[in-house]
Amino acid sequence: MVERDDFEVRLRQARAREGLDRGPEKGGGLPKSPWGFGFRAGVEVVSALVVGVAIGFFLDRWLGTRPWLFLLFFVLGSAAGVMNVYRLFNPRNRATKTTD
Amino acid sequence: MAAEGNAIDALSQFELVPVLGAVGHAVGFTQSNMFMVFALGLTMALLVYGMRERAVVPGRLQSLAETSYEFLYGLVTDQVGDEGKRFFPFVFTLFMFVLFGNLLGMLPYAFTFTSHIAVTFALAAMVFVLITVVALMLHGTHFFSYFLPEGAPKALAPLIIVIEIISYLSRPISLSVRLFANMVAGHVMLKVFATFIVLMGSAGVIGVIGAAAPLAINVALIGFEFLVAFLQAYVFAMLTCIYLHDAVHLH
Repeated sequence: MVERDDFEVRLRQARAREGLDRGPEKGGGLPKSPWGFGFRAGVEVVSALVVGVAIGFFLDRWLGTRPWLFLLFFVLGSAAGVMNVYRLFNPRNRATKTTD
Repeated sequence: MAAEGNAIDALSQFELVPVLGAVGHAVGFTQSNMFMVFALGLTMALLVYGMRERAVVPGRLQSLAETSYEFLYGLVTDQVGDEGKRFFPFVFTLFMFVLFGNLLGMLPYAFTFTSHIAVTFALAAMVFVLITVVALMLHGTHFFSYFLPEGAPKALAPLIIVIEIISYLSRPISLSVRLFANMVAGHVMLKVFATFIVLMGSAGVIGVIGAAAPLAINVALIGFEFLVAFLQAYVFAMLTCIYLHDAVHLH
């Protein structure tokens, strides 16, 4: 076992020396290509909007307040979408991890 | 199949057709379910058959099995921490299922079950229920403090809580739509360009030369689709881990 561990250590050193390891990825580790990021941001906004609109629509149907709650939750849904995108760039658990 | 009556029919590939004759028809066993069973069987085969040698120096299949195991194990422990080891079987199963679903869809005549929102949403809903139950079990009612971030002004609390809840509820939707949209878009593009090849190829000698362009695009797209197949399975597993991290650690 010791021999094999030693090999791992030497292999890692050799790889680091040759610059073959890209080093541990920081922050989320999700793909950072511009297209992927743009698509993710779009999906986050749309899904938050869908949830907001759905909540508003069904509350309206239940309470008979059409269209006011729909409009209110449309706005709240867009706010949640913007917050989702903000979280995409600035995840909350990573931000607080350094402090605790 | 695609170019009947000179029309581009890119969506019929997603239609469900019952298989296994009368039995399949009676229980609604479609080709989608069949490929799910294939994905399950292939994953099992890879792990059981690939690991049967238990060699110190792994062969090809064992190496593949070990790589996928260690890759997912690293992902879970990196993202969720030591507490995440409990969720490793779940994340591993989810990743392999999605990955094999995506990859099986790349075979000719195969069906991509991850291109149905019903399938991806069921998976995402499972993740959503899991993270909520885990958070409730670990933190009890303290879980609800998740919806009011620390340091937020108290006057804005009603607004922030509603927005946070909407944001939380949007997770399964964004998770499922991302996978579903990627798979559908890729397969539609493949089919559209494949139809171009057939349509142009049937237009004489010049058409055959012209058909080289969509053919080249399709070759590139196939490679791109393999990338997307891996990437989306990875993103799905990764986001599950991030959500699990939130559930285990709350803030």
